[in-house]
Amino acid sequence: MKILVAIKQVPARDSQLRVQSSGRWIEQQDVSFEINEPDAYALEAGLQLSEKAGGEVVVLCAGPAGAAQTIREALAKGAHRAIHIEQDDLGALDPLAAAQLLAAAVRTEAPDLILTGLQSDDAGYGQTGVVLAELLGLPHATIIMQAEQSGSGIRVKRELEDGWFQHIEMPLPALLTIQSGISRLRYATLMGIKKARTKEIRRVTASDLGVTPAPVLSIERIYAPEKSKQTQMLEGAAGEVAAKLVEKLKFEARVL
Amino acid sequence: MSGVLVITEQFRGAWRPISWEALAAGQQLASQLGTKAGAAVLGSGIGTLAQELAGKQLDRVYTVDHELLATYTADAFTAAAEQLVRQMQPEYVLFPHTYQVRDFAPKLAARFQQALVSDATALAVRGGRVLFTRQLFQGKLNADVSCGGPPPWFASVQAGAFRADQVRPGSAAIEAVPVSLDPALIRTRAEEPFREAQRAVDLSSAERIVSVGRGIREKENLGIVEELAQALDAELAASRPICDNGWLPMERQVGSSGQTVAPKLYVAVGISGAIQHLVGMKGARTIVAINKDANAPIFEIADYGIAGDLFEIVPALTEAVKKAKG
Ligand SMILES: Cc1cc2nc3c(=O)[nH]c(=O)nc-3n(C[C@H](O)[C@H](O)[C@H](O)COP(=O)(O)OP(=O)(O)OC[C@H]3O[C@@H](n4cnc5c(N)ncnc54)[C@H](O)[C@@H]3O)c2cc1C
Ligand SMILES: Nc1ncnc2c1ncn2[C@@H]1O[C@H](COP(=O)(O)O)[C@@H](O)[C@H]1O
Repeated sequence: MKILVAIKQVPARDSQLRVQSSGRWIEQQDVSFEINEPDAYALEAGLQLSEKAGGEVVVLCAGPAGAAQTIREALAKGAHRAIHIEQDDLGALDPLAAAQLLAAAVRTEAPDLILTGLQSDDAGYGQTGVVLAELLGLPHATIIMQAEQSGSGIRVKRELEDGWFQHIEMPLPALLTIQSGISRLRYATLMGIKKARTKEIRRVTASDLGVTPAPVLSIERIYAPEKSKQTQMLEGAAGEVAAKLVEKLKFEARVL
Repeated sequence: MSGVLVITEQFRGAWRPISWEALAAGQQLASQLGTKAGAAVLGSGIGTLAQELAGKQLDRVYTVDHELLATYTADAFTAAAEQLVRQMQPEYVLFPHTYQVRDFAPKLAARFQQALVSDATALAVRGGRVLFTRQLFQGKLNADVSCGGPPPWFASVQAGAFRADQVRPGSAAIEAVPVSLDPALIRTRAEEPFREAQRAVDLSSAERIVSVGRGIREKENLGIVEELAQALDAELAASRPICDNGWLPMERQVGSSGQTVAPKLYVAVGISGAIQHLVGMKGARTIVAINKDANAPIFEIADYGIAGDLFEIVPALTEAVKKAKG
């Protein structure tokens, strides 16, 4: 089975973000980057499936030159090779444009299964996988907790709301968007890190792929959200703030 | 029609309550644009639901009733919604941001060379143009987004962003919209939805809750929040990653895929405040947040905030509570 996993590089979770002077995206210099969290689980699911079924795991990433770091880490964990679509300014891509770009690269590969994360931690559109499936004419399922091969197809467990779940079966090739936290993530071994250096990363640009990504959504302005409540921030040493808070909870909020 | 079309959602013949929030958003958008709003319901045997919609201030209620829509599949719902939108030609199509909408609305939008403005928290009309607000970076920043290219434009609204009780009543005619669906077009085979074991812990009736997030770093550290919970006579709860890791049982998870709680006191310890967590606890009367990042989104909804290291603050707070109770 040939499995393609779409991974995105995003600012690390604890980054302090600063808005660019253009007001349309964040300053990239100040932050460190990591793999988008659900994509790490998509990669894990892909590696596990390929360990059972044999075949190849190819990671696909659109991002600036610096995204090579995240790609190397995926290779070190066991992905066999990678395609890096070199693309700066991801903030300007909407999910349609991102999927157009990824679709062009997928077409050169004809995988049996495509895995994406269910949502990116930066843009958070939660759509790129579904749109990619549509552009490629593939069946898909979202928010997947488990996937196993079944006959010539795949059977998955999908998360619904309010504690409901559902099993879905579909033929391959197909696309799944993977939920975070569904398994334990493996670490890269020293051996894996060494091997990764020799693995192939194919670098392509949008024009190599013959696409001009054409976003329809535009971010006009980004800014810090306004507080919906008047938050009282309590300050001081630990013992001091603790005493202040207890005082407030007892006499102001009356919840103690 | 050239106005706003709201595509509502039902599950097994009952409304998803967030449908009313999407309807409120649709009415608001239509009145700001000086146009009309219609609403559609898709499914099989949806007559009573349509009747209920007909009691709202809408231009028209559209029913898309087909046996292949009895169980949700992305393929059938996309095809049906596509035919509906092509016939009605609305300028804007609004959805509630549910798991089902996440599953098919992006596909629908792509068929119109569009992308969905997903999970919008607000909308405003400026100079005839609609700006949707949505969150970036897990709620750390907001963005105002506009739609380009030719209509229809698609957006979904976040749970809790618009108020269901602001849906304006009225009376609307019901129109059945015929669609042709071929069983061969459905590529997925969906089995019956199911629930896993019943919850043993009911957090919804708890008066006080101490909830812990990934800031706790390791399972071994949970002791300090347990002690705080005990001192406060509170139930212990958690954000999703804590339960995913198996550090606490799933039944203690608060949020869109966990429990919804409304205690008198909710203490969020080392929780960032992602929307999927907030929807489960926003209704708490008093919210305390302890987080080392002063810009964490959890502070936007907190009554009392302490920006600091939980490993110092939580034990101190436990002591202070014990002392106060004396
Ligand atoms: C479809 C879907 C459904 C979901 N359902 C849910 C759900 O039901 N419930 C839920 O909770 N999430 C849910 N999530 C996940 C959600 O999006 C967030 O990823 C999750 O809530 C984050 O958990 P967290 O705040 O504990 O972790 P993080 O986001 O990692 O935040 C940890 C916080 O701890 C702080 N911190 C770190 N160290 C310290 C310290 N020493 N002292 C003080 N503070 C510290 C950090 O500043 C940070 O703000 C869902 C996501 C999706 C996509
Ligand atoms: N630039 C990108 N490169 C590779 N994969 C991406 C990219 N953007 C989005 N994806 C994939 O699409 C998923 C959903 O992203 P989004 O629609 O932005 O929430 C992510 O989890 C990734 O798997």
